[in-house]
Amino acid sequence: MPVAYTTHNRILTVALSGDIDHHRVKGLLREVEGEIDQVLPRQLIVDCAGITFMDSSGIAVLLRLWQRMQELEGTIQVTGLPEQPARVLRAAGLQRLIPFA
Amino acid sequence: MRTVQYTNQVCLTFPSRSANEAFARSAAAAFAAQLDPTLDELGDVKTAVSEAVTNAIVHGYPDTLGKVELKLRIYPGNQLEIIVKDWGVGIPDIDKARTPLFTTGNEERSGMGFTIMESFMDTVKVRSTPGKGTTVTMRKRFALRAGGTV
Repeated sequence: MPVAYTTHNRILTVALSGDIDHHRVKGLLREVEGEIDQVLPRQLIVDCAGITFMDSSGIAVLLRLWQRMQELEGTIQVTGLPEQPARVLRAAGLQRLIPFA
Repeated sequence: MRTVQYTNQVCLTFPSRSANEAFARSAAAAFAAQLDPTLDELGDVKTAVSEAVTNAIVHGYPDTLGKVELKLRIYPGNQLEIIVKDWGVGIPDIDKARTPLFTTGNEERSGMGFTIMESFMDTVKVRSTPGKGTTVTMRKRFALRAGGTV
């Protein structure tokens, strides 16, 4: 499943979809980081509404993106989380680091 | 000690290719469907299987392709047992491996695999011998609802 990007005023929205697992994450991280390096956003919004499944590989992705935005002195926000990925992120305590709805 | 007999079982073996992670969790969910699970319970099974199978693929066989076995069993009392076995390098220190955020993997790994399995299953047991492989056994009891077939 392709990743969709929209940029407005250096706010980059990354729309993820499909299954986010170890198999998928191998290429996904590189691709999203490449887009961040081009846009250098002040805010990153990760739109998760299209995600059908996520395991702890998704935690690794969000931690890496959080770290990248820290380096850029920007912010990160996760939106549209379906219930299953939200349970995974909550079990890891990720809400203490990244706001998500 | 009396051994409780399972009422149904499937056993799948596949090579440690990451493309099989999705197949393994979908197969587990399809088998667990006979316990009349809720969507959340089904999500828990898929997540736990995905973690255990990914561990076998990434950490069991870091440099080679090897065999991964997924065994699913149903026990009386609406209990599901999931066994994921590999014949890979094994885990030298299981307590360390189960510690949140500990990983020997690269940046694609979060070190939260066992934490997620423990959160979503009732019990998680790990047996491992360095050089011989690892077996993860997880159990979960499903709430009984009208319409269940077991």
